[in-house]
Amino acid sequence: MTAEIQRRAWMSLLAKALEGRLLALWEGYGASPEFHWLRAPEIGATMVRGRLGGTGAPFNLGEMTLTRCALQLASGEVGHGYVQGRSKDKARIAALVDALMQTDQATAIQAAILTPLAAEMAEIKETRAAKAAATKVDFFTMVRGED
Amino acid sequence: MYVAVKGGERAIDNAHAWLAEERRGDPNVADLSIAQIREQLALAVNRVMAEGSLYDPDLAALAIKQARGDLIEAIFLIRAYRTTLPRFGATEPVETEAMSCDRRISATFKDAPGGQVLGPTFDYTHRLLDFALEAEGESPKVAQGAARREPTPHITEFLNKEGLIQTEEVSDEEPGDLTREPLELPSNRPLRLQALTRGDEGFVLSMAYSTQRGYARNHAFVGELRIGKVAVEMEIPELGFAIEVGEIELTECETVNQFQGSKTEPPQFTRGYGLVFGQSERKSISMALVDRALRWEELGEDNLGAPAQDEEFVLYHSDNIQATGFLEHIKLPHYVDFQSELELIRKLRREAMETTNPVQEAAE
Repeated sequence: MTAEIQRRAWMSLLAKALEGRLLALWEGYGASPEFHWLRAPEIGATMVRGRLGGTGAPFNLGEMTLTRCALQLASGEVGHGYVQGRSKDKARIAALVDALMQTDQATAIQAAILTPLAAEMAEIKETRAAKAAATKVDFFTMVRGED
Repeated sequence: MYVAVKGGERAIDNAHAWLAEERRGDPNVADLSIAQIREQLALAVNRVMAEGSLYDPDLAALAIKQARGDLIEAIFLIRAYRTTLPRFGATEPVETEAMSCDRRISATFKDAPGGQVLGPTFDYTHRLLDFALEAEGESPKVAQGAARREPTPHITEFLNKEGLIQTEEVSDEEPGDLTREPLELPSNRPLRLQALTRGDEGFVLSMAYSTQRGYARNHAFVGELRIGKVAVEMEIPELGFAIEVGEIELTECETVNQFQGSKTEPPQFTRGYGLVFGQSERKSISMALVDRALRWEELGEDNLGAPAQDEEFVLYHSDNIQATGFLEHIKLPHYVDFQSELELIRKLRREAMETTNPVQEAAE
């Protein structure tokens, strides 16, 4: 179960990552493991759903682009890539990272790719939240001279 | 007799080449990049994504460039592209409660938990042209405060806890999909919301405005308007669990409408709901107003005969691609059709002349 939660977390991170940053970090890691495709990268879409009133029954909001692939390392581990957007490179690297995270390279991959990626994405989110916070209205009531 | 007309290929090719040249404009002016459109015309990109019904900012920016800034043409390009994509599935419904809000305001509760967060808004600007933008310049330094990390609760939930607003019944019923099955009437609220969120902004705005002016009187308050990013989760069949497959920006609007009660419902507040891709505030508020007007029947209200209460009228006219397709086709060659019209009118005139003026004609 913990393994599933961890895998869920890294796959989610890879899906949302900026393509340029993932490619750069992957190149920095410098691995080129042997693999074969189980499913070559394929661009498609998924129907995004919302709920009536935010909490009620589901409705179809519109689609978003998605790219997926699956591969198997020469050592046997299977990696899946499901990433936002239309980049086949991003999907391939996401699947490679997913597969390598199941090998003894997990700690090295975590340190070289996933941790920096998570930190950068958290910082971007934090900065936006900080800018939003600065636009929060502080109401004050004028004291009317009625004493 | 049917006469096949051929020709025009050369003229069409030349017209398209000229279109490409005109699109580029003066070659001494720098070419516009997709990234520039995506970053600096973000609200146009958002509209194309919302009405094109496909969330992909780079594609929407490309469509805007190709369409020379004609947003309906750009939406058309996105709709056409969308049909070429295999569908991998559907996502879990997005959790707007968990949104990282750039903006979150309420017109009903001043002291709502989470506060009134203005975000990057046009509100309170003076709508004076800023000639400083003509010169290249740095944007001002943006102030930062203490970032909120906890989720921002929905304001209508406070009313819901007191039972003062109609509850949205939670269900996991599979919603119908307009892009898969043709629309049949009467429809239902999930289908109406799908049509409205991809509907033309101008049309939905005008319908909403008509309800404010008294056609299907519904005095709406913006209970809450929020803009920000939400994660999109999808079940991955080969894995057997759900992952976040992406993150999208959404605008959500919940309106609170007074309701006197009916034969079936007690007096309480009722809801209108808008949810749109991107930062699309006007569209989202409009959608919520039209959603509320279309709910007259389920709430046991009177049909006042207003256009915004007429599901058939709203749903069959909200899609700008259907509308422009039908509208613009009349400029394409109709030579044969028109030939028969001409002959008919000549015949009718001849007959009319003969019956009304037989003498005069003979005299000539």
